Amino acid sequence: MIFAAVVAGGVGSRMNLFGMPKQFLPLGKSEKPIIIHTLEKFVFCKNFHYIYVGVHKEWIDYTEELLKKHSLTDKRIILVEGGKDRNLTILNIINAIESNHGKSEEHIIVTHDAVRPFVTLRMIEENISALDYCSACDTVIPAVDTIIESKEGNIITSVPKRSSMYLGQTPQSFKISQFKELFSQLSDDEKSMLTDACGVFTCKGKEVRLVRGDVFNMKITTMSDYKIAGALLGGDMSD
Amino acid sequence: MINYVYRLISPGVFSVKYEDLNHGENLLVRPLYMSICHADQRYYLGRRDIRKLKSKLPMALIHEAMGEIIMDLSGKYKNGQKVVMIPNIPGSKKEKVIYENYQKGSRFMSSGVDGFMREVISIPEDRLVLAENIDFKAAAVCELISVGVHAVSRFEKLSHSVRNKIGIWGDGSLGYIVACILKQRFPSYHLTIIGHNSAKLSQFVFADETHLSDDIPSNFEVSHAFECTGGDGSYFAIDDIVSYINPQGTVVLLGVTENKVSINTRDILEKGLTFVGSSRSGKSDFIQAVDLLKIPKFQNRILRIIYEDEKVENTDDIHRVFKTDLNTPFKTVFKWNL
Repeated sequence: MIFAAVVAGGVGSRMNLFGMPKQFLPLGKSEKPIIIHTLEKFVFCKNFHYIYVGVHKEWIDYTEELLKKHSLTDKRIILVEGGKDRNLTILNIINAIESNHGKSEEHIIVTHDAVRPFVTLRMIEENISALDYCSACDTVIPAVDTIIESKEGNIITSVPKRSSMYLGQTPQSFKISQFKELFSQLSDDEKSMLTDACGVFTCKGKEVRLVRGDVFNMKITTMSDYKIAGALLGGDMSD
Repeated sequence: MINYVYRLISPGVFSVKYEDLNHGENLLVRPLYMSICHADQRYYLGRRDIRKLKSKLPMALIHEAMGEIIMDLSGKYKNGQKVVMIPNIPGSKKEKVIYENYQKGSRFMSSGVDGFMREVISIPEDRLVLAENIDFKAAAVCELISVGVHAVSRFEKLSHSVRNKIGIWGDGSLGYIVACILKQRFPSYHLTIIGHNSAKLSQFVFADETHLSDDIPSNFEVSHAFECTGGDGSYFAIDDIVSYINPQGTVVLLGVTENKVSINTRDILEKGLTFVGSSRSGKSDFIQAVDLLKIPKFQNRILRIIYEDEKVENTDDIHRVFKTDLNTPFKTVFKWNL
């Protein structure tokens, strides 16, 4: 089966607006919350059997009401309590999937940040089809700026070759059984260091394929991101 | 939902518009295959009057496309069903006698309003025709077939009944499609195609005769004619038609010209000819076009003039397909993967 996991576990510590997690902020002329824009894209993808949404426990009731208010009554949407971080939220969703649908080598999951509403149907579909050839894939865009590594934060440690550098976005997708197996092999230190699911695969030497993202598949994390997203929906950007 | 709209902002320059899609009662369709029309190419190359360009751009191009339903709240369509989309948007004031494509206030996608180069199309239910079990590439050119259907329907209504010899001027896609429709509907008609490219004329294997425009036999005659050249060719085609057509023949004009064309009114009057302007199409023409495509022989004939370019996955690919189209003799189609 094919599952979506929309990760919305945050409580909005980086964007203090109306005391509300950023995924619930209104966006565009419709003033729909960011998470609704994102979920609509997933609902329009017919490949998904179920669309799980990981939400902080204090916001589950609110999210339920929000879905109703915006007529997102698709029976495939299931709310699950989020975890402490992204990976633990995904793990909660995986546990819910296995509890509802059993374990299977065939289960795949497309994980996505709720705060990336500019995701396209193409990206989602290419994530799903990439898993025909590998165990995991990551949506990326080529790095335009030079990436600088600095371990201490004040002196350059290395300047990696830009042509082989990419910026990771979401969706990130993988075979559920393999993720669980690899995640269970991680030490506690490794678990706290790895902020995304694909890191779990690469850390254990597994091949992760690249899917082409889009510069505007931005993560709305700060107030300036939010303003840019609002501006994008109000005007044109030349390519 | 945030929708991506790929708009031409000036000749050769595309822009992405991100829109907060409010679909209301409309259905949502994901475009799958698209086809390039000469009209799109003229916008892309800037071969339109500068004032026209200014008034129409920015605008998403393409009005020939098929796709699949991704949402229909009315429940008439199921998700995943394949449809062709009608680019004509009739005006609110409906007149019974006038076809929808000629009604005042009608608008047309990719000619003043955004065409189909979008991630998702929000469209009213009556602007769709179900097109299941039809090759996607053939379905993509359904709009052009419907234009041919409309022209042939008008010809049927307006021309006198002596129809043994029909001439089609123009060896391009429109001429080919009109010829396919006439051959399918009226197999007994004697079809002659007049063009100026022998390689293109060789594609019309089902026609009864083909002639190069500079080598038309002196005793050649037709009862009725279709002008499918457009552009600079219109003048010569119309002039030939007026010369070779028999009295009281009907001439259906389909070719679009940017400049005004002078015509031989003396001979038109003397022969009592009827000229019929035919442009675009309406829903009933689309339904008939889809029915024609369900006939395997007809569909195969259409597929023979279709060149499928590589899929479009970014704006560079959009430029590529427009450039490819300049070098393909007939229709260029492509999978839309944006």
